[in-house]
Amino acid sequence: MTSARWPLLAIPAALLLAVIYVWPSLDLFRTAFNETGATGAMIEAFSLKVWRDLLADPFTYELTVNSLWLSVTATSIALCVAYPIALFLFRTDTRFRGLLAVMAIMPMLVSGVVRIFGWLTILGDQGMVNSAARWLGLISTPMRLLFNWTGVTIGLAESILPYMILALLAGFGRLDRALEEAARSLGASPLRTFVRVTLPLSLPAIVLAAGLGFVLSMSAYITPKLLGGGRVFVLATEIFEQATTNANWPMASAMALYTLVLMLAFLGLSSVLSRRLAQ
Amino acid sequence: MSGAGRVLSLIAAISYALILAPIVVVVVMAFSADSFILFPPSGFSFRWFQTLVANAPLMKALGLSVQIALVVTLLSLLVGVPAALALEKGEFRGREALRGFFLAPLLLPTLIIGLALLLFFTPLRLTATLPGIALGHMTVTVPFIIRMMSTAFATLPENVEAAAATLGAPPWRVVWRVTLPLAAPGLIACAALSFLLSFDETVISLFVSGPRASTLPVEMVRYVEGRTDPMIAALSVLLIAGTLAIVIVVERLVGVRRAVGQS
Repeated sequence: MTSARWPLLAIPAALLLAVIYVWPSLDLFRTAFNETGATGAMIEAFSLKVWRDLLADPFTYELTVNSLWLSVTATSIALCVAYPIALFLFRTDTRFRGLLAVMAIMPMLVSGVVRIFGWLTILGDQGMVNSAARWLGLISTPMRLLFNWTGVTIGLAESILPYMILALLAGFGRLDRALEEAARSLGASPLRTFVRVTLPLSLPAIVLAAGLGFVLSMSAYITPKLLGGGRVFVLATEIFEQATTNANWPMASAMALYTLVLMLAFLGLSSVLSRRLAQ
Repeated sequence: MSGAGRVLSLIAAISYALILAPIVVVVVMAFSADSFILFPPSGFSFRWFQTLVANAPLMKALGLSVQIALVVTLLSLLVGVPAALALEKGEFRGREALRGFFLAPLLLPTLIIGLALLLFFTPLRLTATLPGIALGHMTVTVPFIIRMMSTAFATLPENVEAAAATLGAPPWRVVWRVTLPLAAPGLIACAALSFLLSFDETVISLFVSGPRASTLPVEMVRYVEGRTDPMIAALSVLLIAGTLAIVIVVERLVGVRRAVGQS
């Protein structure tokens, strides 16, 4: 095999992905310009009718605001938990560092449904939080922590955590220990050193991790569906409903493209911001 | 000033507790004697494991998921490993573009891939069939294998391969006798993770599954939607144990962070 023949080895994978990835994606794009008939059947067309329906419907804006708000809050909460873990893993010199890193990443390998069941047990009416609060005499009737925005936000924050820890760790390369030590030896308190040196230096990593968390939250389906209990409506749940229950494929496709554009806009914004901050 | 410091270590410990809480709680719940979700349980038993084994739909879905994950892993390795070799060993025009093409599916949310596959498979009558679900999972596993294996091939010591080539071994023989054996730990870790990716894949499966054939995560979602009793916790314990086994294997062979962390 001369060196010119190496590319031949890539042909099976390229053909496979062309069939199961490229073609279906183009099909989805095309479907968004079909029409849905009065009976619900799809009509081959090339029109913007579905888009007009989508963008004229006030429900679309409600879903958009819901999705954006959920993603921003879940990402912010996740950042507050991920940052100390990532900074700890970056700095620690314990011999358990490898084990601790695996413990931080492992949840992303455990099935999402398993972790959601964990949250049902923690947040349910007779779950861990309510039992503890009742035992402490803080409440007499259970707090509603499930099947509403509270539960979905908590569950979603937890599900994006490992990804954000990895993104932060990757971005911490720029943190220079010497600068922090210089600030400390010049008399700055640990808190002041953190606020004035560590935090500004890690800002590009924070922005990138936040962008990733946001995108993952926008497209999350299982968590809003199961922890929302049918009472939490976001773009992702509506896309699934339109595609399966309503079988309105043009609408589902248009909504999916609309969501994708929103996500790309935010992702672009975060990477531009991160590069600006890194300069 | 070295290490992490006491304040940071304490905050990190609290954060760890939050991350691991859902998993720990599920394990305790699995041994509950109650008929509904009550934490802490009023008593402990194995009744939910017995109920689980007697649940025909879940057991059938478990069998199908294992079958699909095996087929998906085998086929994905067959097309993915050669592609990774081409990207690392070959020097040709458009190589970086090809790499970008191969990794692109990892950037698209599975919600959108799932929808695209539903539109594509329905006219072909591939939804709710084993080949349909397997092909759907391969949109995730093939790019994952190409990414992980091209890193594995790129970090191999070049001198051994060069020595074999200098001694007159033809390139395919160098790959077969030197490159692949050297990359064996990476290959095993990659196969294990790709099995896990397929086994746990939920969103794509929800789109392309149906009453005739549905995978374990799909059946679990349906069960949790309907009612909440500790049976899913019993099943979760088995899944957590399986995941832990795979995580330990991968950590020993290549390191979990290296395997999943390159995005």
